[in-house]
Amino acid sequence: MQFDVDVWLKVGSYAGGGLAIGFGAIGAAIGEGYTASQANGAISRNPSISGEILKTMLVGQAIAESASIFALVVALILLFSPSPGHSFVNVWALFAAGICVGLAAIGSGVGAGYPAGAACTGTARQPSLSKRLTTNMLIGSAVCQTPAIFGLVISFILIYSEAAVKPLWPTWAAVLGAGLSTGLSAIGAGYGSGLVAGASCEGIARQPKAATVTTNSMLLGQAISQTTAIYGLLIGFILLFKSYPESTDLAPAMALLSAGICMGIGGIGPGIGEGICAHSAVKWIARNSEQAGVLSRTMLVGMAVAESTGIYSMVISLILIFVL
Amino acid sequence: MAIEGADLVKAAAFLGAGFAMGLGAIGPGVGEGMAAAKACEAIGRNPKEAGLLTRTMLVGQAVSESTGIYSLVIALLLLFVV
Repeated sequence: MQFDVDVWLKVGSYAGGGLAIGFGAIGAAIGEGYTASQANGAISRNPSISGEILKTMLVGQAIAESASIFALVVALILLFSPSPGHSFVNVWALFAAGICVGLAAIGSGVGAGYPAGAACTGTARQPSLSKRLTTNMLIGSAVCQTPAIFGLVISFILIYSEAAVKPLWPTWAAVLGAGLSTGLSAIGAGYGSGLVAGASCEGIARQPKAATVTTNSMLLGQAISQTTAIYGLLIGFILLFKSYPESTDLAPAMALLSAGICMGIGGIGPGIGEGICAHSAVKWIARNSEQAGVLSRTMLVGMAVAESTGIYSMVISLILIFVL
Repeated sequence: MAIEGADLVKAAAFLGAGFAMGLGAIGPGVGEGMAAAKACEAIGRNPKEAGLLTRTMLVGQAVSESTGIYSLVIALLLLFVV
């Protein structure tokens, strides 16, 4: 059977659109469910301020939802907007755009649930701190969304770039690899940053005096948790914008696809691990803020070691792209 | 298009290297993070023992890192030796 390129463009964009919102719906739903469960726990503890807790829950859920809205927007674009290019590379680019934004939304959605849940619990414990907690939650959740935004950026580039001039082999593998690299590596970073933000909301409610140092430690921990997502974005950009000699061999195409998969999956573990580490560090900096210096130092050393496998993945990806 | 045997083998080695390093990086990343988290907690409770705790954390993480290094070695073998 032979179909013309217009048929394949529809196949690519509909399959990509379905996967975008399918993956994209996972994270936000789990995160918002966690927030709602914490809000219920908080209201049962302190029913007199149920209105304040409900408001905090809804604000937090709205932010957790944004990652999933990115996926919805891309899915609608893939369904209804005609592809700007008409080549078989565009077919793969549309499919990869859907996968990229969908996967990238998972971690940010789940992650943003933790600060929102901790802010609800904290509001029940210390009603007078509700404003401070909401501010901290908003900062923390906003940082959680950056990996999802990386996914959105790469998927817009995939949809609207003029890929038609590039040869189909091996460019199809490069665009798919770029989507997988950015999308998968965002999962760990989004989830990890969420854990850190949750610990800081909990810590501020316990020790309001240590609020400033807790927020600062949260931002440091989140920034480092996001490094592997930045590696994923970097590999994505390299895969998208490097030009490849045409070759109908299978091996060069698989090297590019494999580079994306390697960086993508390899970015998940360090992101989550660094998040767990910074979660604990921020929690104890809030409880014992005189020891903030030694705790930050230990956190940074621990995170640097956890980062190492992410760096190995990046090295293998770069070898796959540039050496082989 | 016709795919030759040598090309297929090379393609499989490249894909295998990517999966080996990618999947192999998950476990050490999460595990080392847990070790560091517990070390931070312990230092928070008992800051006087910070030196001992950091040393223990690093030894534990080094052991946990080993599977990541195995993955790296296998990935490099797949890319350059096999």
